[in-house]
Amino acid sequence: MGDVMHGRVLVEGVASGPLLVSDTPLSFWGGFCQSTGEIIDRRHPLSGQIATGCILAIPASRGSSTTTAVLLEAVRRSTAPSALIVNQVDTFLVLASIVADELYQKPIPVLAVDTKEFQLLKSGQYAMLKQGGELSVKDR
Amino acid sequence: MRQGEDLRKSDNLMKLNSRDLADLHGECGKARQMAMRILVRMLPVFGADEFLDITAAHIDSSLFQGDATLEYAERLSDWQARVVVPTTLNVSGVDEHGWKRWAVPSDWAEKARRQMVAYQSMGCKPTWTCAPYQESERPELGQQVAWGESSAVVFVNSVLGARTARYPDLLDICAAITGRVPAAGLHLEENRKGQILYRLKDVPLALLHDDSFYGVLGHLIGSNAGTLIPVIEGLRIDPREDHLKALGAAMASAGAVAMYHIVGVTPEATDLKTALGGCPPLQRVDITMDMLCAVRKELTTTDEKKLDMVVLGSPHFSLGEFEMLSNLVAGKSRNPRVQFLITASRAVRALAEKAGYLAKVREFGGTVTVDTCILTSPMLPSSIDALMTNSAKYAYYAPGLLGTHVVYGSLEDCVRSAIKGKIKIDSAIWEM
Repeated sequence: MGDVMHGRVLVEGVASGPLLVSDTPLSFWGGFCQSTGEIIDRRHPLSGQIATGCILAIPASRGSSTTTAVLLEAVRRSTAPSALIVNQVDTFLVLASIVADELYQKPIPVLAVDTKEFQLLKSGQYAMLKQGGELSVKDR
Repeated sequence: MRQGEDLRKSDNLMKLNSRDLADLHGECGKARQMAMRILVRMLPVFGADEFLDITAAHIDSSLFQGDATLEYAERLSDWQARVVVPTTLNVSGVDEHGWKRWAVPSDWAEKARRQMVAYQSMGCKPTWTCAPYQESERPELGQQVAWGESSAVVFVNSVLGARTARYPDLLDICAAITGRVPAAGLHLEENRKGQILYRLKDVPLALLHDDSFYGVLGHLIGSNAGTLIPVIEGLRIDPREDHLKALGAAMASAGAVAMYHIVGVTPEATDLKTALGGCPPLQRVDITMDMLCAVRKELTTTDEKKLDMVVLGSPHFSLGEFEMLSNLVAGKSRNPRVQFLITASRAVRALAEKAGYLAKVREFGGTVTVDTCILTSPMLPSSIDALMTNSAKYAYYAPGLLGTHVVYGSLEDCVRSAIKGKIKIDSAIWEM
């Protein structure tokens, strides 16, 4: 089984990796450990998962405006997810990626997909994101 | 949605004025060029095609979060960045003059201090608080500003009626350096209408006067509303400003709420019709005592009675809160096993000292940390495992960021428990 979908490119780039999916928004500040890549919001369904190298799919960020700083630091330390899939245009996650590009020339690809497609995504599937916003997803 | 379509379309339609273009082309220095380049890349993400002028800013980027935030700050200051509007600073990563009393590693303190210096060098005021509205000049109704710090954003939009988007760290300073923000979102009149209507049902009057009610209500609405603008109807009292601070901070932790209306209370909600902008709400939710009690339980993560520390002041403690606390603790002492910490701004601490409140708090055994808080500075020793607070924001973030247990209660519950040396909550008001 596999799906191919096209989203709106918020930050261009290619990535591949296992999908980590939740329909609950996440604040990276207080919710993501920049040293280990672990999701540490103990009230979040992904609590305890390591997001480093994964394609992380969440509807959007929430909470703290320091989410951007945490994600930027994660890029600097190479603990960040390899790409982000959202289903709302999320200014916090996009900004972190743009500043990561400015400072370290390492933007994180960010793709927005619509709700129907977002709901097709499942944790544990393997995803590939191509230039232009094509996302292909396969069961493993 | 077709790939990249919206972004390309927006690029072509972007309306930049001559000053924006000068910034973008580096005619006003490298710092303004980088700030404008970031803003231009963000413009279509905000769904805007032009910028508008701001007249003030509040910067959350001051918070040291690791080497990346310091490198960003020092790059801007090395390039002689200067803010062009009056600009206040949010908390930093360290209590500049008091960190040695705590467990803050010295290299963290040094880097956090360097980041403080960098932002001051850009002309920002060293206010070091997440509640700049408590003692600095307040933006006025309708004023266009760029604020960071989620709890301050929701306060300035909702309670003061000034206009800002939820600016993330790193972008707020770009706005202050250029004086420009995307003309979108809550900056525009048409986007400030309430969208979800929450009606308070059967909430006893006594509970409406209790400080712990507002954190619970905010957590409930924040989890439910996400990014939408809530309207609260049925608050039968005129809440204190500290209640509104707690309400907004809880909404902005549990959700991404940037503005709320309370019918008959907040300035853009003189009546229900005005709050909703004449449109029917997308959704109506009746808030019952059962819902509130369930959320109240969620804010507490343990049934144990053990207590290591009471911590108050997220957002930073106000002068009014110091007055209430000083009345509650006057002539009493905390149990020596329980630490009692209040986080506040330097300015409010000075006012509380002058008013005589602080002397009573000190006699009780309380201490005050300024410039930062327990979430933004690694100040608590690892021996502290059981916290109690009346702040829903502290209660929300402490388990993840600090790995502690947390118990949520009212200010009175916190004082009572500190005296007893263990958790002692009076729930009668919730069980009426």
